[in-house]
Amino acid sequence: MSDMVCNIVSGIVYLILAPVIGGLLAGIDRKISARMQRRVGPPITQPFYDFFKLWDKQPVAVNKAQRFYIRGFLLFAILSGFFFFAHGDLLLVIFTLTIASVCFVIAAYASNSPYSQVGAERELAQTMAYEPMMLLVALGFYLHCGTFDAKAIVQSPAMNFIYMPGIFIGLCYILLIKFRKSPFDLSMSHEVHQELIQGALTEISGPTLAMIELAHWYENVLLLGFVYLFFAWAPIWTPVVGIAMCALTYFSDIVVDNCCSRMKWEHMLSSAWVVTLVAGFANVAFLMYMR
Amino acid sequence: MSYITKSPWLVHYDGSSCNGCDIEVLACLTPLYDVERFGIVNTGNPKHADIFLVTGGVNTQNYPVVKQIYEQIPDPKVVIAVGTCACSGGVFHDCYNMLGGMDKAIPVDVYVPGCAARPESIIDGVVKGLAVLEEKQKAMAIPVREKQALREKELEPGVAVNKSQEAGK
Repeated sequence: MSDMVCNIVSGIVYLILAPVIGGLLAGIDRKISARMQRRVGPPITQPFYDFFKLWDKQPVAVNKAQRFYIRGFLLFAILSGFFFFAHGDLLLVIFTLTIASVCFVIAAYASNSPYSQVGAERELAQTMAYEPMMLLVALGFYLHCGTFDAKAIVQSPAMNFIYMPGIFIGLCYILLIKFRKSPFDLSMSHEVHQELIQGALTEISGPTLAMIELAHWYENVLLLGFVYLFFAWAPIWTPVVGIAMCALTYFSDIVVDNCCSRMKWEHMLSSAWVVTLVAGFANVAFLMYMR
Repeated sequence: MSYITKSPWLVHYDGSSCNGCDIEVLACLTPLYDVERFGIVNTGNPKHADIFLVTGGVNTQNYPVVKQIYEQIPDPKVVIAVGTCACSGGVFHDCYNMLGGMDKAIPVDVYVPGCAARPESIIDGVVKGLAVLEEKQKAMAIPVREKQALREKELEPGVAVNKSQEAGK
């Protein structure tokens, strides 16, 4: 009983803290990117200013259905994170996250704008690229720990990373897609202005756009939670290692973002699948052999 | 202070100028001037923008384009005319196809003269625009019940334009 209360409390803590942490991470991202380009950059709290500003803007929608789907996107993104931090089932988390991205794609398809349509198609290609690896992550944890339960995984006797380095590399690769960082920032980039305006986001403005920002903050914290699973094990001090590795992963993604130009979607799809096949499957085969 | 002054996103359109002002606007984004430190983002998308930064004069060909971009920006919004051409038509003023400065097409809030306008004066103009933007947002803060009624009515862009023009004048 007290276990269940503990789980729910940690889920609620996630609901409250994730937007704060996610927003700060986005702010730090912009600051570090600016420093790498020898600029001063906006204040770290800038994403919150942007959020509240968007919230106050006039709501304009080309198609009302858009709002419904974006609310679905936000709801499922929050829900999947809640399941994760309430120590739920990893498979449930991953499938709920997939529903969230499906909602986002449908919202982009809701308007007739060609930019939005192309953005939605690219978002689908991105989903195809990262989804197999997400499933392999869950499968890897199951093979190694014998359970999909997040609580049991962080209580394993040794660092999970030692047994699943390949899967971690695969996860890092697809995190670039999920964080929408440069080589794979195809569907809604700030850098594709010339060719695609803002892709899937082109027709979404004001409060609806603010909701997308919020959903991304929740999503990013959840994804860093997956990184955490690799580096935390039974002893009490290991969360420090986990959080440090989350920070390192996020920072290296920012570095990659600033060093790379954008890939074509064909390259993204094929390279993501090659990494999934080589690193992911080799690691899964090793884990099956170990059993 | 409202959040809109801390995060003004701008969309930039170059009318019929020599591109000199256009390049000076882009210079604002470089490390030397770095407008992002004020939270200013150059989005390419009018639907995300708060400030319409326009260079060059308006002629018969770009008149509908300027109009459309202006209408696509959600309220509150501010128009900043950058450069002599955008203010009055400049050296192109007497051309047969020219209508004149940008204020012949859309209501302009801030004029930034100069040929070409310096990045410093462009940034100055944007800062002046922020004060107007804040005022417009205050005017927008109508009672909640009325707001709800408007939301349900799905404010059409055309209606929104007329409303903001009244607020601006």
